[in-house]
Amino acid sequence: MAGTTRRTFIAGAALVSVLPLASARATPEAMAAAIKEVVGDNAIREGRVTLDVPPLVENGNAVPLTVSVESPMTEADHVKAIHVFNEKNPQPHVFDARLSPKNGKAMIATRIKLGDSQKIVAIAETSKGEFFSASADVIVTLAACLEDLT
Amino acid sequence: MTNVLINAPKTAKKGEVIELKALIMHTMETGFRPGTNGRIIPRNIIERFTASWNGSEIFRMDFSPAIAANPFVSFFAVASESGKITFRWTGDEGFAAEESVAIDVA
Repeated sequence: MAGTTRRTFIAGAALVSVLPLASARATPEAMAAAIKEVVGDNAIREGRVTLDVPPLVENGNAVPLTVSVESPMTEADHVKAIHVFNEKNPQPHVFDARLSPKNGKAMIATRIKLGDSQKIVAIAETSKGEFFSASADVIVTLAACLEDLT
Repeated sequence: MTNVLINAPKTAKKGEVIELKALIMHTMETGFRPGTNGRIIPRNIIERFTASWNGSEIFRMDFSPAIAANPFVSFFAVASESGKITFRWTGDEGFAAEESVAIDVA
């Protein structure tokens, strides 16, 4: 049968082996799509947001991350939400936080997992409907989510 | 019994912005890792963390599997009135935990 030559077989095998890998990770495109879901057609501006994350981490299982946003946090002008995204973990979302003037200060700290060296993006949504963002690149030596160590 | 650690001031001046820190023991299993038998360990995470001051919600955060095990969250709040700050975590497999601290606002 002329249908399956060695060349097409190899090409097919390569495709099959690549596909599951591709679907197991979020990609920069997946992150962009997740961001679009939150932001819609609004413009995202750089600035006001500070994303504090170490540039080099040894252990991706717990990476300290702090997001703070410059805002008066008054009824008229406050940060409504802070969203954090990543581009190479299995899913692009990290967290979504809802804030109000009751917080007084738009600052959140937590610890996250990173499956690979990648870019993190934080987006702040203000009560005026504006979106501000900041991003940071992180190099991870030991990735999270590899295997069960227990 | 779930292990929870809360760090909040016991007293505050009215209008003061205070920091609240909450940590809870939880594996935050992502659902992406294979176990020792090669099978994927099912996802088991905390999905939502909320804080309320005397019953009215002041902060809400939705987690994803990318939040580290034993989730720690620090955020701020304006001291409004004396009473109780309640922290609540809910998640997969019917997980629910609640912890309250008292605060005196002068």
